[in-house]
Amino acid sequence: MKKTNDRLKAKPAPLSKTPTGIEGLDEITDGGLPTGRPTLVCGSAGCGKTLMAVQFLIKGITDYNEPGIFMTFEESAEDLTKNVASLGYDLKKLIADKKLRVDHVKVERSEIEESGEYNLEGLFIRLEHAINSIGAKRVVLDTIESLFGGLDNTVILRSEIRRLFHWLKNKGVTTIITGERGESSLTRQGLEEYVSDCVILLDFRVIDQISTRRLRIVKYRGSTHGTNEYPFLIDESGISVLPITSLRLEHKVSDKIVSTGIPGLDKLFKKGGYYQGSSILISGTAGTAKTTLASYFTQETCKNKGRVLYFAFEESPNQLIRNMKSVGIDLRTYIDKGLLQIHSSRPTLHGLEMHLLSLHKLIRDFKPQCVVIDPISNMISIGTISEVRAMLVRLIDLLKINNITALFTSLTQQNVSSTNELTEESVSSLVDTWITVRDVEGIGERNRGLYILKSRGMAHSNQVREFILTDKGLKFLDFETGPDGILLGSARKKYQLDTFADNLKKKQALQKRDREILRKKKILEANILAMRTEYESVEEELHKLETEERGLQLKTKKTLDSQPVKAVKKKKN
Amino acid sequence: MVQKNEKAGEPLWQLRLYIAGKTDKSALALSNIEKYCSAHLDNNYSIEVIDLLKSPHLAEEDQIFAIPTLVRKGPLPVKKIIGDLSNETKVLAGLEIMPLPNQQKNE
Repeated sequence: MKKTNDRLKAKPAPLSKTPTGIEGLDEITDGGLPTGRPTLVCGSAGCGKTLMAVQFLIKGITDYNEPGIFMTFEESAEDLTKNVASLGYDLKKLIADKKLRVDHVKVERSEIEESGEYNLEGLFIRLEHAINSIGAKRVVLDTIESLFGGLDNTVILRSEIRRLFHWLKNKGVTTIITGERGESSLTRQGLEEYVSDCVILLDFRVIDQISTRRLRIVKYRGSTHGTNEYPFLIDESGISVLPITSLRLEHKVSDKIVSTGIPGLDKLFKKGGYYQGSSILISGTAGTAKTTLASYFTQETCKNKGRVLYFAFEESPNQLIRNMKSVGIDLRTYIDKGLLQIHSSRPTLHGLEMHLLSLHKLIRDFKPQCVVIDPISNMISIGTISEVRAMLVRLIDLLKINNITALFTSLTQQNVSSTNELTEESVSSLVDTWITVRDVEGIGERNRGLYILKSRGMAHSNQVREFILTDKGLKFLDFETGPDGILLGSARKKYQLDTFADNLKKKQALQKRDREILRKKKILEANILAMRTEYESVEEELHKLETEERGLQLKTKKTLDSQPVKAVKKKKN
Repeated sequence: MVQKNEKAGEPLWQLRLYIAGKTDKSALALSNIEKYCSAHLDNNYSIEVIDLLKSPHLAEEDQIFAIPTLVRKGPLPVKKIIGDLSNETKVLAGLEIMPLPNQQKNE
């Protein structure tokens, strides 16, 4: 908004605008209706034209101190007062305070005859008198086309209505003119030809028994505006065009990391969790613990004194609390501490926009750090994929602007051909982190596997991780890589057993070899001993022979000369 | 036809002509109604001219949106004729002084 104003200021002649005070409408129109000019609000019966006009006047009085005139051609002042009283507006008081005037112009065909030329000067005088008496800045004409029902001379009426719009413009009052939707044109009498500044079209459609109100700015001369159809709601506080989707993507981002609540899952993200304020999608087939994963995150956020808003579209709060207790998550304590609010309703309770509004209001009041929607996939029962997508875009925008972490779960069909189309096409581009939990079926059992499809701005593991749900909670198992890839469930167990057996075998083989060596050693040692003994006996033999030989020589010495004896002596030395 | 039960002092036909300033159309309307009344109502009438520029609050009070507007205040019910009153038959029928020729035939 501020940016818009700045940009407008830069232009030489900014179009001055009058805020309507209607939530959301001022954002779409970049500040409000053109000041001092007429705006046409058209739509079919019962689409909220009168209410929008009344709200424009009342907000003008209460919020901007601009008195207003309500000139009605249809309802009497009493009826109008009664009708808007149900929305909490006290017209009588405003009239008494001279802030508002309601003038009912009765055009009763049975009472009126036309004869000759006339003009609508009387209407001008009434308006002027009313404007001057309270210093009105805002005027509503509801529905001026009724004149065509009461009077025959359309040529005069057309020129007079044209003159009236010019007159109002010269008067400098900001005017809303309501008009009934025509067959081929925006209004039955083609009023849009006369009001060239701003035309707003209201629409009320019932698709599949669920009604949705929509608003579109058909034209707004001299101003930028949102061109889409914006859903709007009428509830006890009047009209709100919701949610306030910014026309741009310029929200601040956070570098803060929040834990997923499951240490094993944190490890799969390089930074150890989700970014604060990011949007996370957990998709998976039925019974893959999506809600449990969401509850873990809820618990973690609450542990860190963060507030969590949990929208359960499938389970009642009590059921959710009971079920989560079975895996060791006690949500009740956080509810008691005021950190957690669980809102349960069936999606078909009301249309998407109403859901969005209730979300919006709760978010505004509760100011959570995290919002969980469980699941978004059955929203599809109340709208088409594109409508659900549009709603989610607006919701995510709203949450991002407020730096609220959003966690959605989505049920996908058990389908071999990739994931379901809702998740695939509509949500994938919206979310920052996408985790898929899936059943891995095989060899007569189902196992739960989890992997991260994407995580913007963060490296993440590419492995399918198996987890089991126990009484103590969700447990991530260490992953086992077999020869054919990652193993789950009993395959993992088999692999583990096989590995164990292998190891045992190897160990035994090793021991056997050791023993063999020992034996060989013993044999060798025995051999060595035997040889040594043999050697000793040979040596002994030799010794013996030597001794014998010496004895023989001594004998010969006695018989022969002394010379050879000397030689023997020398040899011995 | 309307019965002529005259009240004391007051004429039966009480007419009011609302104008906004002295325009040609207003003058024409006034001269027209005066002409018709003098021709058909035997002086049993009154014509009051109200200039809304001078008393604008009466526009809302009397439910006037077109100029000129002739209002039959009496006899009741209130009847309004807008325009310069140039079509005599229509005016007389509108004021129920005289029914339209084709209605007469039906009766």
